[in-house]
Amino acid sequence: MIADIRTILWKEWKDVLTQGGPRAKWYPLVFLAIFCVFMPLQTGSAWVETPVSLGFYVMIPIILVVTWVADSFAGERERGTLETLLATRLSDRAILFGKIAAVAGFAWGMTLAAFFTGLVAVNIAHWTGQIVLYKPSIALGCVGLSFLAATLSANAGILVSLRAATVRQAQQTLGLAVFAVAWIPILGINLIPDAWKAYLAELLKSGDFTLVVLIVVTSLLILDIVLLGAAIARFQRTRLILD
Amino acid sequence: MPEPAICTQNLTRDFDTVRAVDNLSLEIPQGIIFGFLGPNGSGKTTTIRLLLGLLEPTGGRAEVLGCDVRTQSGAIRERTGALLEQVGLYERLSAEDNLEFFGRVYRLSKDERRDRINELLTRLGLIDRRKEMVRDWSRGMKQKLAVARALLHRPQLIFLDEPTAGLDPIAAASLRDDLKTLAKREGVTVFMNTHNLPEAEKLCDRVGVIREGRLLAVDHPDRLRAKNGGPKVDIFGQGFNEHVLTLLRMQPAVSSIETQNGHLSIHLNEETDVAPLINLMVGAGVQVEEIRKGKTSLDEVFLTLMEEVK
Repeated sequence: MIADIRTILWKEWKDVLTQGGPRAKWYPLVFLAIFCVFMPLQTGSAWVETPVSLGFYVMIPIILVVTWVADSFAGERERGTLETLLATRLSDRAILFGKIAAVAGFAWGMTLAAFFTGLVAVNIAHWTGQIVLYKPSIALGCVGLSFLAATLSANAGILVSLRAATVRQAQQTLGLAVFAVAWIPILGINLIPDAWKAYLAELLKSGDFTLVVLIVVTSLLILDIVLLGAAIARFQRTRLILD
Repeated sequence: MPEPAICTQNLTRDFDTVRAVDNLSLEIPQGIIFGFLGPNGSGKTTTIRLLLGLLEPTGGRAEVLGCDVRTQSGAIRERTGALLEQVGLYERLSAEDNLEFFGRVYRLSKDERRDRINELLTRLGLIDRRKEMVRDWSRGMKQKLAVARALLHRPQLIFLDEPTAGLDPIAAASLRDDLKTLAKREGVTVFMNTHNLPEAEKLCDRVGVIREGRLLAVDHPDRLRAKNGGPKVDIFGQGFNEHVLTLLRMQPAVSSIETQNGHLSIHLNEETDVAPLINLMVGAGVQVEEIRKGKTSLDEVFLTLMEEVK
């Protein structure tokens, strides 16, 4: 199945890189230049020494996934290629995992590129005579959380794309989902009991950063598994044909 | 005796309120081009989807290349190729990349992919344009590329769902020629849905006629014509009065007679010498200007079968 997943990956990446014509090959570099050089340069050494970059490295994969994932199945359906793909020897799992891996892999790969580009940018611009590195906990948090954010948003996006009749419909649903993800925590904090708020504030003040990251990682992992399970259950050839 | 390429027994598929395929029993031997004829919405596409294991049958059973469509659909798709209702090409990829992708899907080695892609694109006259994005191509070229894709992994059986639909007559004729040549050369069995009867007549070794999900007839186009029409002779001229028509109807070789647009069509029971009939007509005062011997077209057979169902 790994070879089949690689085949889907090959097609998806080839397809997305040619989507905007010959110029599309330069888009990732433009992205890196703007978001992964400019931001670290503005923030200085705090970019690698404090958790300030953590949120950024979680958001990058989500943004990248959302811009692409709507097209995965809804695009195939809209352009009339889905039935032909389903009529091949590829297994359901190979197609599904290939699609998820393509989106999540691209987003996570770009995030890692941003991670290292930021490090290089900070070292060059704010050279102090010795190389500055990310703190191990921050580095691990960035790499791990960005991976989970990429797979989580890819799983959620694939699920939406599987159900959507058109790319536009999938994009609209995903737009609402991102809006909800961004605003529900803010609203939620106002709604939770004061005792919980006090506990959370204490947790953050105590500086037990590892515990916070562990809680986030565990939550994301559980959500990831649930969404992947839902996508596997939803991906049925017969259902997709009738859709 | 080799196993049939396709064998169905009472294959049935219901949708909410419609029976799309109704107790279809069919046996298609290997190595032939089979034409599945029927009007729009008659169940042709659903039949292909059932045979590819893309839809579950509601009842009955079907085997494709010896594999059960319910339990071995993966094995069926491994050994078959398909050009479905929609051409199914990735328009943002080049022709070569489209085939490269499907070559990888069917696990052809790098060398096999390169040789096979070159071979098929050359045979179809597309080799010089292999680097172009498919979205810039004409519909005829896309259909040809889709045929190449269906044949790429040397399947034993290919399904074609109205391959020439929407093509201009020249592109359609060109695709038909290529299809026939390639199918014979590769020894592949072809299951082709069409409502283009002249196309079925030119391409198919055997045809099945379906309407409202039910199989009305299945046979070689010639035998189908013989059963439902047979040979005929068209006579152009003057003097086709009732006396002449009565005389002709009394002849044992004559099956039926009809007059239309100033000419007389005589349907014969079997291939026979028409000279005695012409002598008879001339003797009865008919002025014969032109005689055309021919066969009942598949169009006429098809319409007859459709009328019988009504």
